[in-house]
Amino acid sequence: MLTALTIMIGLALGLGALLGYAALKFKVEGDPLIARIDAILPQTQCGQCGYPGCKPYATAIANGEADINQCPPGGDAGVRALADLMGVEYKPLNAENGVEKPKSVAFIDEKICIGCTLCIQACPVDAILGAAKHMHTIIASECTGCELCLAPCPVDCISMQPIGVTPDNWKWKHPVIPIKSLPVKPAQIA
Amino acid sequence: MMNAIVNLASLFKSAKDIFPFHGGVHPPENKAQSTQLPIGQLPIPQKIVLPLRQHVGNIPKIKVQVGDYVLKGQLIAEAEGTVSAAIHASTSGTVSAIEDAIIPHPSGLPDRCITITPDGKDQWIEKAPQDWRNAERKTLVASLRLSGIVGLGGATFPTHIKLRADGKSGVHTLVINAAECEPYITCDDMLMRERADEIVKGISIAQYLLGAEKVIIGIEDNKPEAAKAMEAAVNKVDMGTNMQVKIVPTLYPSGDARRLVHLVLGTEIPYDKRSTEVGLQVFNVATVVALYRYFELGEPSINRIVSMTGNVQAPQNFEVLFGTPMLHLVQAAGGEKANTTHFIMGGPMMGFDLPSADVPITKAANCIIAASPTLFAPPPPAMPCIRCARCADACPVNLQPQELYWFAKSDNFEKANDYKLFDCIECGACSYVCPSDIPLVQYYRYAKSEIIAQDKAKEAADLARERNDFRLARIEREKQERAQKHAERAQAAKNDTATQSPAATTDEAKKAAIAAAIERAKALKAATQDAAQTEPAVKPAQTDDAAKKALIAAAIERAKAQKAAALAAGNAPKNVADAPEPVKKEIAEIEARRQAVGLSEATESVTANNTSNADADKQALIAAAIARAKAQKAAAEAAKQASSETEKD
Repeated sequence: MLTALTIMIGLALGLGALLGYAALKFKVEGDPLIARIDAILPQTQCGQCGYPGCKPYATAIANGEADINQCPPGGDAGVRALADLMGVEYKPLNAENGVEKPKSVAFIDEKICIGCTLCIQACPVDAILGAAKHMHTIIASECTGCELCLAPCPVDCISMQPIGVTPDNWKWKHPVIPIKSLPVKPAQIA
Repeated sequence: MMNAIVNLASLFKSAKDIFPFHGGVHPPENKAQSTQLPIGQLPIPQKIVLPLRQHVGNIPKIKVQVGDYVLKGQLIAEAEGTVSAAIHASTSGTVSAIEDAIIPHPSGLPDRCITITPDGKDQWIEKAPQDWRNAERKTLVASLRLSGIVGLGGATFPTHIKLRADGKSGVHTLVINAAECEPYITCDDMLMRERADEIVKGISIAQYLLGAEKVIIGIEDNKPEAAKAMEAAVNKVDMGTNMQVKIVPTLYPSGDARRLVHLVLGTEIPYDKRSTEVGLQVFNVATVVALYRYFELGEPSINRIVSMTGNVQAPQNFEVLFGTPMLHLVQAAGGEKANTTHFIMGGPMMGFDLPSADVPITKAANCIIAASPTLFAPPPPAMPCIRCARCADACPVNLQPQELYWFAKSDNFEKANDYKLFDCIECGACSYVCPSDIPLVQYYRYAKSEIIAQDKAKEAADLARERNDFRLARIEREKQERAQKHAERAQAAKNDTATQSPAATTDEAKKAAIAAAIERAKALKAATQDAAQTEPAVKPAQTDDAAKKALIAAAIERAKAQKAAALAAGNAPKNVADAPEPVKKEIAEIEARRQAVGLSEATESVTANNTSNADADKQALIAAAIARAKAQKAAAEAAKQASSETEKD
């Protein structure tokens, strides 16, 4: 009886110590929710959600302070992905935050630009190149289309240009079976 | 002789050492139509339109301007980045336009093209053949970047990437793809029949560049003439080359590089590895001819053999300059027959419908088929999938096409990826066998392009996140740097003033406060001097801590003035009058202590003076207030200056 107890207690202590050690040694860093939400957000850093960037919005969602439908660039698909991740009901985009627009990039009319550097300071991803009193230009491949450079421009030389379809970004369409109107025989009409 | 016997033996043996792959289909070949006539030559067309997008990878950089005169074989666009290929003028003439035009691409979208108006002289640049046998591999491969040679089997992958032979490519076997498995296409067949010697010379070059010990030429058994010609050519060259022709059974898609490797060697290249990682490399026959032309004749890639077949009067293979309008080729084949609906580039299995008849021939164009409803009946409407799994039986890549179909149809891309959608070679064998006539490959193409678009968007988002994080970090860093600079400057200022006044503090704001206090004290002094001629307590202290004393003095002065004012009004301070006994007692005690120190003397003298001159006292109060205000203003200004300096930094 006593022997059995000793063995069991000994085993319990030994295994407990082993498990405790393993829990410390092989600790798995949980995938933080904020990072997962941030991964879904489109990273335009446009602030249309009411937060100063995608990360702050992700933090707000994770803390339950913000709703999932405040990101217009993420679009409907983004809201669905967030609903999926957060385990909440899907809801359509909040119109107060703006509407989903086709993806575009900013374009500076170089003839009008006065080189004030205000847009450079506004750009959240450093996608504008230029210096004081020198013409600025957009690095199109790095522009997120956030439109934050439009407002500060004192001469309104920046416009948003939608990204067109080129052989580079062209996509195969979902196969559709075309509906054809069959010629109707006169006899059938009568 | 010995070599011939060995080769002959291998020919007999060939049926045995073939390793069939899974699946495959055998559609009607339709190859005989275009092999009746030899390879034809075309007259120089009226215009040459060279799209920049003719290969896999980056768009090359244009090196000519409109109006430039170019010679045949002159570089007009150079490879940009690692995966890219150069483009050369395919005949001599003038660059007449650099603009967007419809290119032979399934999208049917226009893209940048260089248009050359030929002068008809067809004048070559100075050709520079290379003595490749005695040259370093590195220099040869580097020069290959300027050749414009891409995989001519249809994949158009730049060849110099495949030949990245810095002497240690590790390739032991070179497989030459001459299977040409797709129906209708006969360009490689005709090339082998007519130019087997050139092919063998090209193979020798590729073998040298790769350092491959062995070469296997895989030919489908529906091309006996070509196989015979190749055998003969191989037997002509010396023993050392170790080339072997292998006849493989006719089964679509044996012309896929991995299928052919499996057929001739029995090696299954892992799905996530390149063939070079297992010591193999595959070249198309037409590509090795281009290699031969480039190194031995000094001619860059400017033309190819194209099968013009289908619904035309006289199907034939032609040697076509890149950029030749497709209709020029159709004319050469006797023109299209009346019921031609459209043209297909590539074969009927993997090719695509050309968006327009007005497109140029590019490096990818191995075959042009004029289509008619009789040749290619429009597909019957797709019926529901009955899960018969015939597609899985036909799939040469061992995928589960029926599963992929469900996932692609329902936009379940993650699942499609799990089922290795990207290993699909889009050969169309599944669609071919489907009893429900479902356009399976179209679904896979759709799913693939959606996944690629999603990945690109994710990449862009990651880049944006990274840049945003960097920007925030940079702003934070700049802020800290500025703060540090200020601290340093203040420290330096302190060190400067330390010798002059120990009262000086580390901070500019503090300094300003002290200055203000001094000023206040001075003002007070002036005021009290007005009020009372003798003022021992507020005499400017000549000691080191004058500032401190001045502050104290000012405070005392203020208290005195208040007291005096109260006295002048004829009553004692109310807060003391109503105080309870213990408090009064305490006040009395404090007063006693003050007297002991000798402070109350001054108080009394002031009181004495002030009682006699209440007006003067009031003036003193006002003066003190003004001085205070002045001092505050000075302090505020000092602070402002400090902050503006911060901003300037």
